Amino acid sequence: MSGHTPHNAHGLRAWPYNLKSDDGAPYEAPAYAPQNPVLRWFEARLPVVGLLYSAAVSYPTPRNLNYWWTFGGILSFMLGVQIITGIVLVMHYTPNVDLAFISVENLMRDVNYGWLLRYVHANGASMFFLAVYIHMFRGMYYGSYKEPREILWILGVIIYLLMMATGFMGYVLPWGQMSFWAATVITNLFSAIPIVGEPIVTWLWGGYSVGNPTLQRFFSLHYLLPFVIAGVVVLHIWALHVVGQNNPAGVEPKTAKDTVPFTPYATVKDLFFMAAFCVVFAWFVFYIPNYLGHPDNYIPANPGVTPAHIVPEWYYLPFYAILRSIPNKLAGVVALFGSILILAFLPWLDSSKVKSATYRPLFRQFFWIFVATCILLGWLGSKPAEGGYVIASRILTAWYFIHFLIVLPLLGRLETPKPLPNSISEAVLKKKGVVAALVAVAVGTAALFGGAPSAQAAETPKPPAQKWSFAGPFGTFDRGQLQRGFKVYREVCQNCHSLTYLSFRNLSEAGGPGFTPAQVDAIAAEYKVPDAPNESGEVGERAARPADRFPPRFPNEQAARAANGGAYPPDLSVIAKARGYERGFPLFLFDIITQYQEAGPDYIVAVLTGYSDPPAGFKLPSPSTFYNEYFPGHAIGMPAPLSNGQVEYTDGSPTTVEQYAKDVAAFLMWAAEPHLEARKRIGFQVLIFLIVLSGLLYFTKKKVWHQIEKPRELAHGQDPRATSM
Amino acid sequence: MSSAEPTRRDFLYIATGTVAALGGVAALVPLVAQMNPDASTVAAGAPIEVDLSPIADGQAIKVFWRGKPIYISHRTQKEIEEARSVNVATLPDPQTDQARVKQGHDQWLVVIGICTHLGCIPIAHQGDYDGFFCPCHGSQYDTSGRIRSGPAPLNLAIPPYEFVSDSKIRIG
Repeated sequence: MSGHTPHNAHGLRAWPYNLKSDDGAPYEAPAYAPQNPVLRWFEARLPVVGLLYSAAVSYPTPRNLNYWWTFGGILSFMLGVQIITGIVLVMHYTPNVDLAFISVENLMRDVNYGWLLRYVHANGASMFFLAVYIHMFRGMYYGSYKEPREILWILGVIIYLLMMATGFMGYVLPWGQMSFWAATVITNLFSAIPIVGEPIVTWLWGGYSVGNPTLQRFFSLHYLLPFVIAGVVVLHIWALHVVGQNNPAGVEPKTAKDTVPFTPYATVKDLFFMAAFCVVFAWFVFYIPNYLGHPDNYIPANPGVTPAHIVPEWYYLPFYAILRSIPNKLAGVVALFGSILILAFLPWLDSSKVKSATYRPLFRQFFWIFVATCILLGWLGSKPAEGGYVIASRILTAWYFIHFLIVLPLLGRLETPKPLPNSISEAVLKKKGVVAALVAVAVGTAALFGGAPSAQAAETPKPPAQKWSFAGPFGTFDRGQLQRGFKVYREVCQNCHSLTYLSFRNLSEAGGPGFTPAQVDAIAAEYKVPDAPNESGEVGERAARPADRFPPRFPNEQAARAANGGAYPPDLSVIAKARGYERGFPLFLFDIITQYQEAGPDYIVAVLTGYSDPPAGFKLPSPSTFYNEYFPGHAIGMPAPLSNGQVEYTDGSPTTVEQYAKDVAAFLMWAAEPHLEARKRIGFQVLIFLIVLSGLLYFTKKKVWHQIEKPRELAHGQDPRATSM
Repeated sequence: MSSAEPTRRDFLYIATGTVAALGGVAALVPLVAQMNPDASTVAAGAPIEVDLSPIADGQAIKVFWRGKPIYISHRTQKEIEEARSVNVATLPDPQTDQARVKQGHDQWLVVIGICTHLGCIPIAHQGDYDGFFCPCHGSQYDTSGRIRSGPAPLNLAIPPYEFVSDSKIRIG
């Protein structure tokens, strides 16, 4: 680590590691030397191409990097995706408590490809966090935070903190129920600060509760922070290029032969894995776009009602579990922030000089225990804070801190590492070990999840899964069913409910019920909407036109409640996405593969058909409620709306409650997701494209790496970089 | 397997690069398309009907269609004569008054109230020609909405419209 510290023209140390050439002289990566006189003229005045060349072309990377090292590139890509889609979303979003939710719905329904852009952004956040967690665990496994990479690691922790803040504020913007209550709960964390806590929270809110000022400042900061992240990413990459990349062997490259130029070797490898990662990304965006979200966030924010079970997005769950595991408010908040900040001290908590877990048999076991701890804490964070869950959270929270504060400092002193290889060329990778450990963690976690009690399941039965024509990768709506469902809506549901995010014109648009424009004209004309004020300022009514939205059934919530025995019939526009039920383990994992996204319609059918007399011993809380097997709590304010033969069908379909329920649920699914068919159709095309691209990039990568990975197959003297392995 | 001969290797690289480039271009489609008018804007741009009966002789009203101001001017006999007495050949944008109104409804002038210079809204019944005067840069239009003086190059545009009845028009 001493001696020559070469600098290039930019004042940056453009090559790390103090590499030696074959003759023992300091190795210098090739510099950018343009032949073209114009480029030379430019380079002499602004050496930006040379900077990029040194950073992304000739920069030497260890030749033994495995695929876990591609996630840095994937993260840069995801940051770009989030910034680009985010800038576009802002063109359509309105940061106002009265308009935010509807502006997001308009985006999803009316803006060209709006649904795609929003789903990419929402799922992109999850993919961003998935990638950052893999990146962080990789750094922990291979000791990438150790000397001389402490600042590099700390910059990473800062990026992660900024990501958490950005992701949280972004989740608030749609102004659904989860948005609102996440904002309330997270900002209230600061109220734990003694004395100044309350004033700080008021200051954060810009009011006496979460409201419009809060939303507007979150919007502003959500737009700002990604660019701050981009700035810190530049520092992160700069620091990386000063100290060089760590590698699976954990021993620094000694000669140029231990490295390969970043381009094409690392570039093509990164690109291949990026394309493969995008396959997963596209799967979520096009087939299960709401899998990682929460149905409650399709309910507009209501400051008067907290959802029964509020949870943050999956990527915050472990920290949420830590927060809830501690019964003292201040201590809980300290533990929450401590669990993140402790990461910054990792370079000094780990006392071992050996970097890679490959040569630390004991640490390797503790590492996987730690991974399992984080995953289990995440699962506990999604469970109600009661009973056994709390006890398990406490044990695991304790272990989380023990790992950092006791295990890592002691382990370096107690453990006997395996002999380190002399050089990267000598190192033999044990990838099998990693895979086996991953499988072990997965199986272990699965066993634990499987054994956990499911207290809620006993109380409310799960809605039976229906067969839907729109399920699966090639699903399409049954036009006849949508038309029947609309008839049921018009003749039954509409007496109390509204459909205000829909326009009449939607009924004839592609992918919908397939009414003709003339039929839509006639349907619209049956509804009255407010007309423009006349000369004397009076507002009359006129017949609706296809461009109009469905008018609300009641002028306001009070009127709706007064007409419905105190109950508030919710708007049905997005109800199929705003309702669902706990799938439970292991179903929720299989759902990723089977693309189960029909919890909403299944629930609607179950509720519409789930009326019966209360069982013996069950007492309805008031005479204006009705017993329903599938409604949470079983006491529903809506009387059984459907009866056999109530709605006339002209296509010969059975006029039964079951059929009505299925038809109207399908119609409501379309109403909530009018571009479902286009989404699945485009998704298939995108997936095929990405698989082809991944395949091509894989073979390109094989080709590029061929001479590095299989040097013996080359004739002697053909490849100057070939080493004896 | 020997190291690939140049043509085969090049083919793989070219194929990969081409597919990646196509994907990049395809990804631009939604990013560009989202800036076009959305479905509700398009739907709201549907034709509108305007009742002419409340518009008195000599009065001009302004209605909006697709966000554009439309002047509907109920011209007096004098205004019509003014518009028709001018030598069309001398106009910057020669057009007869007859070509700018619907036959049999000569008293009704329907024009898009946007100055053809740079998009300001001219004021009705103002200026030297008794038609429209643009306050931004001084363009003057006559009682037929034709440009007579000032920097505007063209006559006020006529929106697509038709008479549904003698007292009602549909614009769009």
